[in-house]
Amino acid sequence: MHVVIIGNGISGITTARWLRKLGDAKITVISSESDYFFSRTALMYMYMGHMRLQDTQPYENWFWKKNRIELLNDHVTSIDFQSKTLGLQKSEDLSYDKLVLALGSKSNKFGWPGQDLNKVGGLYHLQDLVEMEKHSNNLKRAVIVGGGLIGIEMAEMFHSRHIPVTMLVRESNYWNNVLPEEEATIISNHIRSRNIDLRLNTNLKEIINDGEGNACGVITAETEEKINCGYVGLTAGVSPNIGWLKDSELNTNRGIVVNKYLQTNIDGVYAIGDCAELSEPIKGRRPIEAVWYTGRMMGETAAYNIMDHKVAYDPGIWFNSAKFIDIEYQVYGDVLAHPPENHNSLFWQDNSGEKSVRIVYDRDNLWVKGFNLLGIRYRHEVCEKWIKQKTSIEDVLINLKLAHFDPEFYETYEQEIINTYNRTSNRTLKSNGASGLNKVLQFLNA
Amino acid sequence: MNQVYKSLSIANPEPLNLSLAQKIYSAIGIIGLGILLIAATGLNLPNPSSCLFISLILISIGVIGFAYQTFKTQSPGIKNNGIWFSSAMSRGLMGWGLGIFITGFYVLLYWYPSVLGLGTDGNSNTGLISFFDPLSFLLKGSAASEWFVYGTLYTLAIIIFGIRFIWKYRHNKYQVLRTLSVMFFQLGFAFLIPEFMQKLNYPYNDMKNMWPLNYYFFDEWNIKSFLSTGNVGLLMLILGVAMIFVISPILTYLYGKRWYCSWVCGCGGLAETAGDPFRHLSDKSLKAWQFERWSIHLVLVFSFVMTAGVIFSFFHNNPTGYWLNKSTFMIIIAVLLIALIYAFSRPQLFKNKLDLKAIKIFISIAAASLVIMLINFFTGSGNAFFIDFYSLRSTYGFLIGAAFSGVVGVGFYPLMGSRVWCRFGCPMAGLLGIQQKIFSRFRITTNGNQCISCGNCSTYCEMGIDVRSYAQKGQDIIRASCVGCGVCAAVCPRGVLRLENGSKDIYEKGLDIRNDHVKLIG
Repeated sequence: MHVVIIGNGISGITTARWLRKLGDAKITVISSESDYFFSRTALMYMYMGHMRLQDTQPYENWFWKKNRIELLNDHVTSIDFQSKTLGLQKSEDLSYDKLVLALGSKSNKFGWPGQDLNKVGGLYHLQDLVEMEKHSNNLKRAVIVGGGLIGIEMAEMFHSRHIPVTMLVRESNYWNNVLPEEEATIISNHIRSRNIDLRLNTNLKEIINDGEGNACGVITAETEEKINCGYVGLTAGVSPNIGWLKDSELNTNRGIVVNKYLQTNIDGVYAIGDCAELSEPIKGRRPIEAVWYTGRMMGETAAYNIMDHKVAYDPGIWFNSAKFIDIEYQVYGDVLAHPPENHNSLFWQDNSGEKSVRIVYDRDNLWVKGFNLLGIRYRHEVCEKWIKQKTSIEDVLINLKLAHFDPEFYETYEQEIINTYNRTSNRTLKSNGASGLNKVLQFLNA
Repeated sequence: MNQVYKSLSIANPEPLNLSLAQKIYSAIGIIGLGILLIAATGLNLPNPSSCLFISLILISIGVIGFAYQTFKTQSPGIKNNGIWFSSAMSRGLMGWGLGIFITGFYVLLYWYPSVLGLGTDGNSNTGLISFFDPLSFLLKGSAASEWFVYGTLYTLAIIIFGIRFIWKYRHNKYQVLRTLSVMFFQLGFAFLIPEFMQKLNYPYNDMKNMWPLNYYFFDEWNIKSFLSTGNVGLLMLILGVAMIFVISPILTYLYGKRWYCSWVCGCGGLAETAGDPFRHLSDKSLKAWQFERWSIHLVLVFSFVMTAGVIFSFFHNNPTGYWLNKSTFMIIIAVLLIALIYAFSRPQLFKNKLDLKAIKIFISIAAASLVIMLINFFTGSGNAFFIDFYSLRSTYGFLIGAAFSGVVGVGFYPLMGSRVWCRFGCPMAGLLGIQQKIFSRFRITTNGNQCISCGNCSTYCEMGIDVRSYAQKGQDIIRASCVGCGVCAAVCPRGVLRLENGSKDIYEKGLDIRNDHVKLIG
């Protein structure tokens, strides 16, 4: 059996690795982005000089040959689903028995005038980074359009090279369509404290052409203000990179539609990662989740299904993480920007204003629903177990030390957090002294 | 595609522009260093003691001021900005120049101290070494030796680059405390206390510098100097032996080898402070790991054999009247080796801890040593392993003590990273590593499935451990070489890693791949 995987990001590569673990299929991975798999999440660190491209590659180059995974640097131009053949830009046509589409995303463009000029770009592909690099010399200002996770990464990147940045954010607070208001405020303040010019409630009207096809500034929609700049970053989200498949027999909507086994409407063709849209999304989850972790889980699940071990895709309890310049962010479970009525939340913030803990729980039965953490690290497995077991918020608080994951000697805040709860709920809970790895493992193994 | 790689990995897109203040501090530091170099040429400087003082102060101001200027403009947090664009820190021209300069200094120090101005045949010092005479007289009442010059510069480097490191990691309490600790042990235990002790006619002894790192601990002259200075000397000798066999294994059991390698040790101290700008240059490849396992353990065996021989020769040359003599020592060693072979031949003792290959190697080495030793003993040659021990001892001193730990170990910082010696050569690290692997409670835990495989942890691991390869699988990290510096956990942008101690489930967690998703959902 010959399995061809289009895309060598985390989803496609995870499928390839698992196919090899599970059997003896011939495996080919095609990408026109890079010769070897690298971590897309590390793009920013290359620009900032923390790492080189080879440092972001999770496997050494010999790994692929040793595991008989063929890597092909080429661009797929067409797919003939009838004859099961791929048309390629550089090499001969390639036939497959099973096909995995791991096509990733592309940066959103919403029809702004000037969006296709030079010196305008997103941050998703390696090539985007090359573009940024090319125009960074003597750059006097960059304008970033869009809040979100990629927008703040781009801001940090320019900031690291002492390039002034203006960020245009549509929302009234940074990323407050995802983050609750308090956390959004902490991050907005943090962005401003780094001298990044954050403009909230601001949309882009157009990108100005310097007459030679280069962007030289932007005009905002609300105030018609002109901001001069030498680079415009478009980071208003991403969408599945499937434009070229829209007119094929493949069933697509916003993404490639797949069932819970990650199969498309065409037999033997699978879609995973950013480009896949679940026809029946898991309750409370979005049909497309362009996240590293879900891509990895999908990649593994698809490999099982290709090898005829039927497994439904089940991402489990939601989790995610990010870093907003210097503030780390972790989320476990349901923490919504606009929660339903029965979600209560306990919110605690430290004196510096840059650390916070939010624990969401059910108003009626007190079951804990989710954790939202800024500047503090909690244990994934412990939080997950509490959520899964519908533990009461009060039990969680008493044992909160089990979740502690900050480095040794760091200040701990468990009792302060409990006191916040005690004040609002008229309780007198006390932190149970139990902490340390042995106790944690005891809890996890129980 | 090649173009892409080039522009990302080699080209320096924008030279790091130094601020005016940084330029001024650089100039101050260079003037300070310049004074030392002038002194080294043998030119007579006016008022040498003030010149020395001024020179050391200028160097300190230069380094600390430069670091302050660099980090004060940056908010607290991980700021490895531009490291791979810097010539000095990415094996550029500056890096090579620096490497050659330091290597050259070590070559002169170890083998040609007279070039540095060491007075021989009763002549007084000249050049660089005489430049340090005033300080030496002040501390211990005698003229400087090349080792005094070296110790002073070494201590100064740990202090001033330690301040730089603390400033860089000021948001991280673990890093701050750890650095204060190495600064304290270097200044107190390695530098001031031994010099004062010598002034008081006690043996010159750095109490934290244990055998086998301190390879002359069991040398005849060292033992004699302990025994000839009464109770204080005897106490030091007993403490030294207790450190090796009792205190150190207990601390390693509790906290891992980090208690020594990144909190106490002088070599580690220099690597963590002056070596910090080069930590990312360590080789992370599988090949390097395979080489490391051989080289560090061969040095360890070498140091064992050499020491056993030195002690044997000591008894041979100094027949004692009581029970501890040549024969009983031989019996002790033989029993130890047999116990070792017996232990290793029971693989269930080491289940999940050591691979079978390592166990076989241990058994063969122990068995071979036993056989050779017995043959020598019964032929009554006075040697323990066919070889004359004092020549073995001097070979060890030359190859390992000087060439490896000094010339390569520090000289190659800008080329191979800051822990070349600790990783490939240090017998102490090797010994503590085996303890760490077999019975320590220490491990680095991985936080669930949060790893994004970015590679910061592996890149900034000075020991060249591919931390990411464990983290992305959701495995805990239990590696003999890990010195527990904690930088992987500090640079992780997702809070995935934590240094922890706990006796439960160590090896299970190290093998368990918790990121196997399908297995988890059943």
